[in-house]
Amino acid sequence: MISAYDMRRYTVRVGIYALLAFLTALFVLPVYLVLITSLKNPSEINLATTWQPPTELFFQSYREVLDAFGPRLQNSLQLVIGATVLSSVFGSLNGYVLSKWRVPGEKYLFPLMLFGMFIPYQAILIPLFDFMRSINLYGGVLGLILIHTVYGLPITTLIFRNFYVDIPDEMLEAAAIDGADFFGIYINVIFPLSIPGFVVVVIWQFTQIWNEFLFGVTMTNTDSQPITVGLAQLAGGEAVKWNLPMAGAIVAALPPLLIYIIMGRYFIRGLLAGSIKG
Amino acid sequence: MRSPRDRIVAFMMLLPSLFLLAVFVYVFIAQAINTSMTDWGENIAQPPLSATVVKSFVGLDNYENLMTDLLKFSFRNAMVNTFFFTIFFVAGCLGLGLLLALLLDQRIKGEAFFRTIFLFPMALSFVVTGTIWRWMFQPKGGINVLPTIFGGQPFEFSWMNSREVIFPFLWQDVPRYITFAGIIILAGLTVYYMSSRRWRAMQYAMGGAVIVLLVFAAGAWDYIWLPLDDPATEPLIAPKGFNVALIGVVIAAVWQMSGYTMAMFLAGIRGISEDLREAARVDGCSEVQIYRYIILPQLNPIILSAMIILGHISLKIFDLVFAMAGPDNAQTVVPGILVYIGGFRQNQFASASAVAVIMLFFVALIIIPYLWSQLRDSRS
Repeated sequence: MISAYDMRRYTVRVGIYALLAFLTALFVLPVYLVLITSLKNPSEINLATTWQPPTELFFQSYREVLDAFGPRLQNSLQLVIGATVLSSVFGSLNGYVLSKWRVPGEKYLFPLMLFGMFIPYQAILIPLFDFMRSINLYGGVLGLILIHTVYGLPITTLIFRNFYVDIPDEMLEAAAIDGADFFGIYINVIFPLSIPGFVVVVIWQFTQIWNEFLFGVTMTNTDSQPITVGLAQLAGGEAVKWNLPMAGAIVAALPPLLIYIIMGRYFIRGLLAGSIKG
Repeated sequence: MRSPRDRIVAFMMLLPSLFLLAVFVYVFIAQAINTSMTDWGENIAQPPLSATVVKSFVGLDNYENLMTDLLKFSFRNAMVNTFFFTIFFVAGCLGLGLLLALLLDQRIKGEAFFRTIFLFPMALSFVVTGTIWRWMFQPKGGINVLPTIFGGQPFEFSWMNSREVIFPFLWQDVPRYITFAGIIILAGLTVYYMSSRRWRAMQYAMGGAVIVLLVFAAGAWDYIWLPLDDPATEPLIAPKGFNVALIGVVIAAVWQMSGYTMAMFLAGIRGISEDLREAARVDGCSEVQIYRYIILPQLNPIILSAMIILGHISLKIFDLVFAMAGPDNAQTVVPGILVYIGGFRQNQFASASAVAVIMLFFVALIIIPYLWSQLRDSRS
């Protein structure tokens, strides 16, 4: 015998799951459209039959896209690896100094550093352009690595600082008694404990830099453009063949998406760290 | 125990980062402000890219032109677009994010799966999102033909190609609207604080309303909202109001970012102890009452944080508009696009810098108090 209370509870549950299913459909709707469009023969792409799956799978678009991206994929890879490694290492050292050592003026220095991650980069774009030209780093991947390293420092420093604050000072004092100096403490105590911190920071920096567009489009020439610029060009022209931009979107989205799916927990930690409190 | 020598080493290790950020953030900002007060790119006698270009100081002329010059109408339209975009984007992300978080808090089977789905757009580039949604919003395809699958009629809305403007208003009336809205909000707050007997807060709200009124009455707005050079032509070539072409951009942005607010809310909800909920249940609260009186009030600080983070993102929005509507779509122009076009296509460096400084001003206006309060809280 089902009571009225159970009955109501049951309807509420069904309603919740129905709503979730509906919202899930809304969120994956674009993914479905992108996938089928990228797998269609261009002759089959027609605005009226947009939503119908391809009659036969056509993988040629992916090969064409990889050709069209050409060196841009490699540029993005070099850029992301270089800038991620540099900004993580410096961020870790900064976080260690700011959380475990007294620094004169720390009260003001830390917020001043953090402000750098909120500014609209448009505000520094024209002076940056001048500066990069004056040091002969404009238009190359190396210059882009420098830019992303510097503007990555606030967030990496923040994440590591908040991470290291929870390491008890006693552990550092114990190492200091054993004769460890600044670097000894870092290598023997801090660094071995920082692996989860590094995972969060590396994932965050990797996805952010891979996805970045403004510096990519303004601070490069055709040889050093990252993949996001390649995608914008692929999709930007009028009368585009839509199979190419869609395949391009998938190629450009795949690396960060894989990281997100495999290491989602760490990605979310990076995401939430951006709102300052850990 | 830790030697003074090590303290010096510690500071030395921080120095490179401090130096780089000092240059790349603060020196560059100073240079941008400086450039915005020159005629670099505005003076026909001085080719902007020549090595010997002479940049003369012109004070606030570039800012004045942005406010008054008929040819600079796109700046004013960009400000109006940013205003509407911010409102709908922030409201959309907060509403959808809260709904998703509350749904996922119902002991859902496969919660991790749903969370992954709702948050995955956050891992995408705005360029990817823009490219995808540009295809979704093709006037004769995409979303518009979705109803035909179920035998319905296609939608006729032309999305980013739309030229329709709703809620039209005149640029020169804006100060009056701001004053009016400010007084309404502050008066509402006054009544609210009075009813909850928070006298100090009530005094501040009342004082604020009086100041807003005085600023208006004293004509202070006339020094900021300079009169348009050609108030008769402006509405004809660049009407002000909500450009419905922005709706598509708002939808794409909410699709991408509402997972972020969901994650913030979920983290907040999970931080509320189960004991508290249990106590409320024992006291006879229904589940709905628990949300209404226990959980939602505790989420208020998170809502404020989310509003500030999302708000500053929408002030900076650039790549999404670029990829979705193109940099040259007049209906969807935003300040970030103007800096790009002015600085990197038309070599109007001074004028583009002025737009950039205005962007920075508004971002700083909401971020500096936020940073200050966040860091003060974490210290105490």
